[in-house]
Amino acid sequence: MDMAVEAGVIKQHLIDPEICIRCNTCEATCPVNAITHDDNNYVVRADICNGCMACISPCPTGSIDNWRTMPVVRAYSIEEQFTWESLPAELSPEELEAAGVAAGSGDETEAAAAPVPTQAQATAEAAEPVFNSAQYGATVPPWSAAHAYTNLFPPKSPTTATVVGNFNCTEAGFDSETHHIVLDFGVVPFPVLEGQSIGIVPPGVDAIGKRHHARQYSVASPRNGERPGYNNVSLTVKRVTEDHQGDPVRGVCSNYVCDLKVGDTVQVVGPFGASFLMPNHPKSHIVMICTGTGSAPMRAMTEWRRRLRKSGKFEGGKLMLFFGARTQQELPYFGPLQSLPKDFIDINLAFSRTPGQPKRYVQDLMRERAADLAALLKDGASHFYVCGLKSMEEGVVLALRDVAKEAGLDWDTVGAALKREGRLHLETY
Amino acid sequence: MSTINYSEKIPNNVNLGEDRTLQRALEGWQPNFINWWDDVGPDGSTNYDVYLRTAVSVDPQGWAQFGHVKMRDYRWGIFLNPGDANREIHFGDHKGEKAWQDVPGEHRANLRRIIVTQGDTEPASVEQQRHLGLTAPSMYDLRNLFQINVEEGRHLWAMVYLLHKHFGRDGREEAEALLQRTSGDENNPRILGAFNERTPDWLAFFMFTYFTDRDGKFQLSALAESAFDPLARTTKFMLTEEAHHMFVGESGVSRVLARTAQVMNELKTDDAQKVRAAGAIDLGTIQRYLNFHYSVTIDLFGADQSSNAAIFYSSGLKGRYEEGKRTDDHVLKGQTYKVLEVKDGQLVEKDVPMLNALNEVLRDDFIKDSVAGVGRWNKVLEKAGIPTRLVVPHKAFNRQIGALAGIKMSPEGRVVNEVEWAAKKNEWLPSTEDFAFVASLMGRVVEPGKFAGWISPPVMGINRQPVDFEYVRFG
Ligand SMILES: Cc1cc2nc3c(=O)[nH]c(=O)nc-3n(C[C@H](O)[C@H](O)[C@H](O)COP(=O)(O)OP(=O)(O)OC[C@H]3O[C@@H](n4cnc5c(N)ncnc54)[C@H](O)[C@@H]3O)c2cc1C
Ligand code: SF4
Ligand code: SF4
Repeated sequence: MDMAVEAGVIKQHLIDPEICIRCNTCEATCPVNAITHDDNNYVVRADICNGCMACISPCPTGSIDNWRTMPVVRAYSIEEQFTWESLPAELSPEELEAAGVAAGSGDETEAAAAPVPTQAQATAEAAEPVFNSAQYGATVPPWSAAHAYTNLFPPKSPTTATVVGNFNCTEAGFDSETHHIVLDFGVVPFPVLEGQSIGIVPPGVDAIGKRHHARQYSVASPRNGERPGYNNVSLTVKRVTEDHQGDPVRGVCSNYVCDLKVGDTVQVVGPFGASFLMPNHPKSHIVMICTGTGSAPMRAMTEWRRRLRKSGKFEGGKLMLFFGARTQQELPYFGPLQSLPKDFIDINLAFSRTPGQPKRYVQDLMRERAADLAALLKDGASHFYVCGLKSMEEGVVLALRDVAKEAGLDWDTVGAALKREGRLHLETY
Repeated sequence: MSTINYSEKIPNNVNLGEDRTLQRALEGWQPNFINWWDDVGPDGSTNYDVYLRTAVSVDPQGWAQFGHVKMRDYRWGIFLNPGDANREIHFGDHKGEKAWQDVPGEHRANLRRIIVTQGDTEPASVEQQRHLGLTAPSMYDLRNLFQINVEEGRHLWAMVYLLHKHFGRDGREEAEALLQRTSGDENNPRILGAFNERTPDWLAFFMFTYFTDRDGKFQLSALAESAFDPLARTTKFMLTEEAHHMFVGESGVSRVLARTAQVMNELKTDDAQKVRAAGAIDLGTIQRYLNFHYSVTIDLFGADQSSNAAIFYSSGLKGRYEEGKRTDDHVLKGQTYKVLEVKDGQLVEKDVPMLNALNEVLRDDFIKDSVAGVGRWNKVLEKAGIPTRLVVPHKAFNRQIGALAGIKMSPEGRVVNEVEWAAKKNEWLPSTEDFAFVASLMGRVVEPGKFAGWISPPVMGINRQPVDFEYVRFG
């Protein structure tokens, strides 16, 4: 999802009119037609731009790479941008605070919106009218969610955590292994909720000598800790061993994290995220759709529900999981998932690379389960969470749309309600 | 003859590997291209590793790959924007019909001429700029120059591809001839006047890339509307690269102005001689360069009335700038447009059939775009508190083509006699002395992060690299 849209704040994409030469490259490049111009300026429509970064490197001047933390309600309109002669200053912390934005969230979103730069599919989409799945993602949490703390440790002042566990949670012997990491915060308060993420700052500097920016990882443990009663969180981190084109590259942070030893300390920022949060009321249903490490928040939610159920505190809502991986070996937590009772969670696994079998993606499974999903779509207590690789997002939301349509529901109405009521959440990276 | 694995060596999305005829044609042409590059390409740069933006595919990431590359090994490629099988011709007499994937016989000669003319400009600017590397004001600028050069080289490939693929033997001969003409060569010059002018110094280069490459933007935009789909797709992709050239010009002149303004403020003077003595370029000289490049460039759009332009449009070969965004009937029959002429010693406007005035329409679009950019230059002066403003001269000033050719005119648009012209010429156009002065400032500065005294550093580096990044590694 567009991580920038959190808690009514966006990282608004703007073009610097003093540097821009009005060459039209960005407008020709943007896969979702977020850029337009008049005789004076080139501007970006805040409601359409999804921060895909496709326009950044083609721009010959660098003027396109400007971002401002803005309360959604005060986002600059294109009419306003057309009149600009220079970029407006950043809103001051006081102005942001006055608009209900916690101080420091500029940095938060900076870490969050840090370019996930490649998006090969952008071009394929460019030729056709684009279905903008991101527009359906909610920016508010479900009404019954607990209150989330954010940015207790902004990027300028990280805190330190100690590694108390690190093991491979995929089958051994695969290069693209995924690790389950447990971090302990000792006596430092670091409250998190299921669905939030934290940032890890890898040590050292990048190619141009700047300190590495923090990478975000979803919390995989429930609110009372990986080990209940301890001040710790777990993460699900996959080694990045190739880039989005498939060329070999060692991801800076993921490999650092996967190689950590028990006893090592790491720099942590966050927590981040105030909308991808689970509902707490007993009738709430949760549909979880994920690929790979997108399972982290799903594990957190499932585990919280499991603990509640075990203690007899939770009676109701359904859990339904759609989980995709290339192969069973690469699916994190495959073992533990299998041992969950069937009447507790409805699990659907899709493998896209099982030798000798046709490719199956999460959206294929969703279509197969259309009848059950349609029933859930009709129920106002249902909440949908999508997390994982960016490329899945569109297919998943399209599948939801089609399921709704086939069930005779008006998707525009349903989709708008899901968004407005904080019941459809997209977090893809 | 060497066999080249084209899909690897020459990134392309035209299925080169499977088109034997095309592959053979390009195999014949490629070594001559490399010879041309070695002979008249950037002087003395053979061993440099240059931080270049290279296209490896047409998607946003693919066409903007950055890395240090030897220019000779640049991945000269052939890229067409993705096609739309249902694209319709959207202007002229064939409006509403399906766009052509092949050249219709009756338009063959005209299309070939258009493509050859466009193709001829691409190697020309490389030739015009070949010696500039030796006087670059910084490593950053040197890199930008080379970037432009390789892209011009690749745009030549784009046109050669069209000639080879769609024009048979004639096409191959025309492609060959593109490498045989040379800018400024008395016996075998480039086709268009501006491409035989010298680009003697970096101020001229910035003006050239600002104005003349902007001509490229408008010509390519008009071709990107073409009913001949391969031409439309090729030029669309070229446009994305052309942007960098205009950027070099626009930011280059801005930086010269910023430096001049700084010197003027430090010395508290607007005296040209004092500014020159301090090693900066006085605003008068900059204005004269502007007058020259602007007037030479607007000639490139051709005669103000042209039956060829009408034919090109009506037959769907070449549209208008942003044709698709215009709301008229896209046929333009029975409409008129105002062009200038001189009557009884006065400039007057007269109505002519729109179709015949399409060169003038494109020229006016160009003028609007150029003037807006000059406005941005003036902001630099305004910010520095300097009251002088740059202006573009009158459209009729110093014209060599069309109804206004040869008419003596002041920059404000007043018809003048020979005597006044001769007396004022050096106030209006760069004089020998101006050229000599600017030339005297051109010394080579190539230490990372260092800049010649007549130009300010850029606001930011290329591809978000720092300004003092090692953009060129000298072998
Ligand atoms: C809100 C949010 C939550 C996230 N949660 C998790 C999580 O729970 N677990 C997790 O493992 N990751 C998660 N990520 C992704 C994570 O932040 C990093 O992007 C990822 O670990 C790669 O970082 P790196 O430093 O190893 O690679 P980098 O050094 O930043 O990148 C190296 C190369 O790999 C490419 N690349 C980056 N990410 C990927 C990828 N995922 N697949 C393929 N190529 C890639 C880059 O384009 C680049 O070319 C999340 C991201 C966001 C925005
Ligand atoms: S970031 Fe992506 S969506 Fe936003 S303007 Fe750029 S190309 Fe368009
Ligand atoms: S690509 Fe960059 S310079 Fe060109 S119009 Fe867009 S923002 Fe301006």
